[in-house]
Amino acid sequence: MTSAASSATSAAPNEPAIRRLLRATEVDTRMIGMIGALALIWVGFNIYTLVQTGEGLFLTPRNLWNLSVQTSSIAIMATGMVLIIVMRHIDLSVGSIIGFVSTIIGVAQVHILPVYLGLDNPAIWVIAVVIALAIGAAIGAFHGSLVAYVGIPAFIVTLGGQLFWRGAAWWVTTGQTIAPLDDRFALMGGGPHGSIGATASWALAALACAGIVFGLYAGRQRRARFRFPQRPMWAEYVIAVVGCFVVLGATAIVNAYPWPERVAAKYAADNNIPVPEGGLYISTGYAIPVLIALVTGLVMTFLARRTRFGRYVYAIGGNPEAAELAGINTKRITVLVFALMGMLAGVAACIDSARLDSATNVLGQFDELYVIAAAVIGGTSLAGGVGTIYGALIGALVIQSLQSGMVLLGFDSAFQQMVVGVVLVGAVGLDTFYRRRTAKG
Amino acid sequence: MDANPQTPLVEMKDISLAFGGLKAIDDASIDLYPGEVVGLLGHNGAGKSCLIKVLSGAYKRDAGQIFINGEEATINNPRDAKSYGIETVYQALALADNVDAASNLYLGRELRTRWGTLDDASMEAEARKVMGRLNPNFRRFKEPVTALSGGQRQSVAIARAIHFNARILIMDEPTAALGPAETAQVGELIKQLKSEGIGIFLISHDIHDVFDLADRVTVMKNGQIVGSGRVGDMTKDEVLGMIILGKCPPGAVPGPGAMAS
Repeated sequence: MTSAASSATSAAPNEPAIRRLLRATEVDTRMIGMIGALALIWVGFNIYTLVQTGEGLFLTPRNLWNLSVQTSSIAIMATGMVLIIVMRHIDLSVGSIIGFVSTIIGVAQVHILPVYLGLDNPAIWVIAVVIALAIGAAIGAFHGSLVAYVGIPAFIVTLGGQLFWRGAAWWVTTGQTIAPLDDRFALMGGGPHGSIGATASWALAALACAGIVFGLYAGRQRRARFRFPQRPMWAEYVIAVVGCFVVLGATAIVNAYPWPERVAAKYAADNNIPVPEGGLYISTGYAIPVLIALVTGLVMTFLARRTRFGRYVYAIGGNPEAAELAGINTKRITVLVFALMGMLAGVAACIDSARLDSATNVLGQFDELYVIAAAVIGGTSLAGGVGTIYGALIGALVIQSLQSGMVLLGFDSAFQQMVVGVVLVGAVGLDTFYRRRTAKG
Repeated sequence: MDANPQTPLVEMKDISLAFGGLKAIDDASIDLYPGEVVGLLGHNGAGKSCLIKVLSGAYKRDAGQIFINGEEATINNPRDAKSYGIETVYQALALADNVDAASNLYLGRELRTRWGTLDDASMEAEARKVMGRLNPNFRRFKEPVTALSGGQRQSVAIARAIHFNARILIMDEPTAALGPAETAQVGELIKQLKSEGIGIFLISHDIHDVFDLADRVTVMKNGQIVGSGRVGDMTKDEVLGMIILGKCPPGAVPGPGAMAS
């Protein structure tokens, strides 16, 4: 811990190359650990399927693409859960908020809006999304006010919310499933049509690479302006190369997954495109929900690290009394954090219902547990004050990889739950052990 | 007190505060003039920290008035107090442990860029300047303050209090966590701030500290003011008598808490 971020310039001689690399690049060692665990899970499942079926099923473009889509809704909510847990609260209601919001917007876009706007009106999906975000944020703000101003513990408020909103979701539709949803709205769920294709994916990747390089350059400029110590130049290159490699690699993978044959054939027939021998090959590219999750991750990172709001969230988590004495309106921040969490649950509700092209009251059941698990596996401390957005994103990927992998192997769901439970407790145990060791120095 | 004809910087009048049935402060009055250090003495639980927390906005008083520069002030929370130029260095080192020194220095008053985002680089640069003046050995700007020593943490807390043009400074046991050299440093700092016309309430249970630094002493016992007087008009033993017995010596003005003689 003592050799951390600050002293990037003072290199000790005879230091092992790997440690020097980590220190110079100022990469969080915990993140390396998480990525290592993720790699282990991926390779492990791939070898397992290779042995079992003679074919590696996990590390295929198809499975990884599906994994990315399945992860997005949990990942989006996990970014909000980080801030909640950093502030020493918890939100057990997000899964039920998904259920409630999805039935409301389901009814709105199927039964109400078409009556006034006509079926297939392009405004329908926009209105549905706005409603989802507004209701999610309102529910969150309500929970937050009960926590902040009435002083009921967040655990109780959101446990009550979990029961209440799940029940309310049933009342909205009296238990019926609403389907099909608006066509444009359904694009948010991914699928061949809800993806952006090869060209746009490569363009985005190029933009992302440019962003990484520019970000590093701007950071260097800023440090130079105040004469702060700089990272060594080679470390900047390493970060840039690794960052761009990851972006381009991910893009290559999603582009290597073609549209299913039948979807492509129908598309060709509809648009009078001649089908070549062996079928038409159309790259899927990044799915829209994945892009929503990535943008959410960026926005939340910005909020957490570059705005007063984020700074206050962390300060309150570190020492609530000190934050209050420093003149921070801790109650207002509490309400805002819960409102933000509710809004992200609203986003997740859109993605989940769009993915199923239907809205039901059981949507999102048990999601809160996966979301909390993702945040905690991603290094968020339940003691408060500590946690990162990117950690939660990787945590969501870890949890979802386990889940999907076990589905792929045909494990029954009872066993899946047991494994996820063990992994959660194990991850927190490892984390506690790690922290105790670094605290000793 | 006739030696100081100007209006007091702070005047707290008949302040009372109770927690349930317990009267933490009972009709206490206290004042402070510009460029003056007033030592507030008393046992643990005498009510000195409570009285001062009323002024800094951490507690809301049940009764009484606060005047700043002769005008009645509304202080209901720490933000109100700061708007009157009242800054506090708390006994319990009120720092957010998980963020770095610069973030603590500016907590609640962050510098922002023209896009409204946090200007961490400027804050760190300013923090380096302030800390360079207060504690030139301070180097660990990037680490969470939980990794710092007691003295380093205290200098961050003091830096925070003086960096924003405080007119009234409250120091609650500022040297409790410090070694001798750092204590001397804080003493120097208090003298410097005093010469700049800042009024300082110094709360301590170390009578020697207070006698070295304060102009006047006010003693509290069981939530009441025993009395107050100039340092030169009393001996240390007399002040100890006030703290322990509540006996007000002839050199001091007795308050409601003085033992009936």
